[in-house]
Amino acid sequence: MSRYTPEEKVKLARHPDRPGTADFVDALFTDFFEQRGDRLCGEDGSIFGGIARFHGRPVTVLGHRKGKNLEENLTCNFGMPSPEGYRKAQRLMRQAEKFSRPIITFVDTPGAYPGREAEERGQGEAIAQCLALMSALEVPVISVITGEGGSGGALALAVANRVLMLEHAVYSVLSPEGFASILWKDSSRAGEACGVMKLTAQDLRRGGIVQGVLREPEGGAHTDWQAVFRTVDAALTHELAALDKLRGPALARQRYDMFRVMGQNLAPAGREEP
Amino acid sequence: MNQTFSRRRDRLLTYRAMREGKITSSRRTRCSACGEESPQLEWDRNLQVCPRCGFHAPIGAYYRLSNILDPGSFQELEDKLSPADPLAFPDYRSKLSELEQSTGLKDAAVSALGRIEGKKAVFAVLDSRFLMGSMGTAVGEKVARAAEYAGKKKLPLVIFSASGGARMQEGIFSLMQMAKTAAAVQRFQSGGGLYISCLTHPTTGGVTASFASLGDIMLAEPGALIGFAGPRVIEQTIKEQLPEGFQRAEYLLDHGFLDRIVPRSEWRAVLSQLLALHEKGGRT
Repeated sequence: MSRYTPEEKVKLARHPDRPGTADFVDALFTDFFEQRGDRLCGEDGSIFGGIARFHGRPVTVLGHRKGKNLEENLTCNFGMPSPEGYRKAQRLMRQAEKFSRPIITFVDTPGAYPGREAEERGQGEAIAQCLALMSALEVPVISVITGEGGSGGALALAVANRVLMLEHAVYSVLSPEGFASILWKDSSRAGEACGVMKLTAQDLRRGGIVQGVLREPEGGAHTDWQAVFRTVDAALTHELAALDKLRGPALARQRYDMFRVMGQNLAPAGREEP
Repeated sequence: MNQTFSRRRDRLLTYRAMREGKITSSRRTRCSACGEESPQLEWDRNLQVCPRCGFHAPIGAYYRLSNILDPGSFQELEDKLSPADPLAFPDYRSKLSELEQSTGLKDAAVSALGRIEGKKAVFAVLDSRFLMGSMGTAVGEKVARAAEYAGKKKLPLVIFSASGGARMQEGIFSLMQMAKTAAAVQRFQSGGGLYISCLTHPTTGGVTASFASLGDIMLAEPGALIGFAGPRVIEQTIKEQLPEGFQRAEYLLDHGFLDRIVPRSEWRAVLSQLLALHEKGGRT
């Protein structure tokens, strides 16, 4: 399982030929209808989503999109969303809840875009609202971290009942470069940062942050897309069937409780309240 | 010349007042914003707001609470809650105990039950002296418990943020505190609770992108830096200089993200008014 070092996994997770959200939507869903725009001020290509059928059943599917060539990269801003993207995501998820559709998200982003307009339009608020909204949704939510799970920009689409991760995907509080530059004032120590951050799927599974790790083909996901699609399809089918046993409020409760205890067992309880 | 004499007279006055025993320091303190020196006495009188330029210098959590709460109403909550080291991060434990020694805090947040002009509320205050007020598991847990406690007791929740964001040393566990705290305040609010979010200098990163941006009422101190990405990161990304006042409280007010800017001396009055307007914690 761990033939790759954390640093090598970061490279694999960022591999340009890895299947992205649009590829998963193409392969695993039928009848896809793309929904665009946040109904407030814009459309953000770095978040891609809409309504589709998963094995015949209507679902809402969305995720980060990086783009496959330079032109796409630019319209998708290399997978770094602006507030419009997060507000579009909120709109799609609210609608999913209204029509009782399960939500499936694919996470693959270096992080939310650190730009001037993004700040002016409330990047922090947009992410915060995603977290709050997702935490209370009364439909099943499954997230798959397929590549890079970068910071709050990734978490904004990953407050799910089940968070699954491809074997060589990574998920972290900040990019290793940013981490090294904040802690050691030296972004060239990113390799060293990978080692201490515990950002691999295996570490996160052990830490209780993700609930499942999905095997990748020999050499990584980019070597055999069909194999990855089969694995993800089977995992989604399995998890969805399990979540179907829970009713709306129980789904929201299970999700709340799951995130509520993260890090809680690590800090001792305080004295009895007054 | 004139200034030299007036400074000398100032010092003499301070010295004489000290002999009366009511002032304990003749120190002068330089403002980190305007660079001007003022007697500590004036800073103290001004609640640590620069007497020259009005810069609201960061203050500790207990000091803030002592300026806002009714005398005798402070009851600390969860004061045993201490930080964890989930990544076994090099030197982190020793850093934490060093900071506990120097600040008297277990981590970067204090929560308490208190009253403002008789009206009860639950307070959580972040303290930027402790690793930039960054949110790790202990801060996340404290904020979540404060929201849950306020929900259970049907009291309003007032949170003062001051934070560099998620705490790097606790890695992914810090990131998860964003989901945890956002979920906790949203659950509290959907149960009818009033949450007043007060942003102070600086509030950035994962704290801005979670509970701090979710208040029913959004307030901030003058000049506070508030944003998701820090200004240096943005400048490096877009390769241009940011406009004057970018990400300051006044800028956010203009862009629709705040209800009001509240000078430090007015917190008590403003919070009192808001609590009164939501008597019974917002429930009728």
